[in-house]
Amino acid sequence: MAHTPQFGHHVLDIDCETEVARIVTTLRDYLTDVRRKGFVVALSGGIDSSVTAALCVRAVGPERVFGLHMPERASAPETIRLSRAVSDTFAFDSEVEEIAGTLEAIGCYRRYDDAVRRVVPGYGAGWRSKIVLPSVTEDDTLRLYSIVVEDPDGQRSRHRLSVDAYLGVVAATNFKQRVRKVLEYHHADRLNYATTGTPNLLEYDQGFFVKLGDGAADVKPIAHLYKTQVYALGEHLGVPAEILDRPSTTDTYSLAQSQEEFYFSLPHHLMDLALYARDHDVPPAELAQALDLDVPAVERVLRDIDQKRRSTRYLHQPPVLVEEIGPGDG
Amino acid sequence: MSSHVPERIRQFILTSYLFGDHHRMPSDTESLMASGVLDSTGVLELIEFLESEFGISVAESETVPANLDSIDGLVCYVSAKEQAGDEGVA
Repeated sequence: MAHTPQFGHHVLDIDCETEVARIVTTLRDYLTDVRRKGFVVALSGGIDSSVTAALCVRAVGPERVFGLHMPERASAPETIRLSRAVSDTFAFDSEVEEIAGTLEAIGCYRRYDDAVRRVVPGYGAGWRSKIVLPSVTEDDTLRLYSIVVEDPDGQRSRHRLSVDAYLGVVAATNFKQRVRKVLEYHHADRLNYATTGTPNLLEYDQGFFVKLGDGAADVKPIAHLYKTQVYALGEHLGVPAEILDRPSTTDTYSLAQSQEEFYFSLPHHLMDLALYARDHDVPPAELAQALDLDVPAVERVLRDIDQKRRSTRYLHQPPVLVEEIGPGDG
Repeated sequence: MSSHVPERIRQFILTSYLFGDHHRMPSDTESLMASGVLDSTGVLELIEFLESEFGISVAESETVPANLDSIDGLVCYVSAKEQAGDEGVA
């Protein structure tokens, strides 16, 4: 594919009303196809789930959309207020499902603390933490996860994760997305609705989701849109300003964690451009100019994109069968 | 430098990442990440292997592709670490 001349943010411009119409048609066609009556949307108070909910309302009306607010211990205090602002703004029914009790019962918090103690033996009640990646733009070190802990006195320290600690932390926190999805499917079954997934293109492409957690859904209406485009749709659809202005967060760890320090190598508006450039043969020098970075840093960003695609291929794969089964029409 | 370093590294790659499949063994200069042998968890495993197998300490500043992303790079890195004792080689 030929590269775009005069590369810049304008390459992500979309006609919002045309895009909304296209998505709405897909959503309606899907319900007709599977004979379900509406959509369940898990609301996080973030831009992606808010836009997804607004699109579902445009597709089938507020009376056929059901929202879920599912906070747990690590959720930010403002999460539920913001997610309620979405269900209020778009006037659809919703319910609060506190998931902390389920997570406690299944051992999510205990298993997490046990995993952290493998590298920070004193970790426990009153401590907070998050896992972080080093910056890809500052030097050439590989992006290996560390954990940042804060003791009850507010003292922070960072520790490199061992393999078992890293896997244990991820396996424990993945309960959160999976328990939420269990509840989404419960309500979808109860109402004869379909579930929605809320990844944008960055998240979908780069594997920023939990397999059979937030990665599981019947329809993913914004998975083809760069994050910048999701924000544009949000503004167009009337998503509350406070959500449009809020920085991206994972809302998964007890210390506040941006999506950049957890996963992506750049803020979303720059990451969008990098991913676009990767897929449209934009020369690194041109991308470097657009991102205001030097070429070696841009090459590391592109390398990180490729590495994430390879590492998360497993998340996208359907179950492997030894041979084809049946006529293939489901 | 121990003459066994390349063999021990190749054996670790073969048993830990390739389930013993010699046909998938990358060449000594090939990128372990680009060839799909190593992902981020694999790099953590590799670091733990280097530290336990060769008694070295891998500093964060040394976790760069030049040191860890090919068999040749790993051999050079481990050999330099062994010669340097506790000193860094980044």
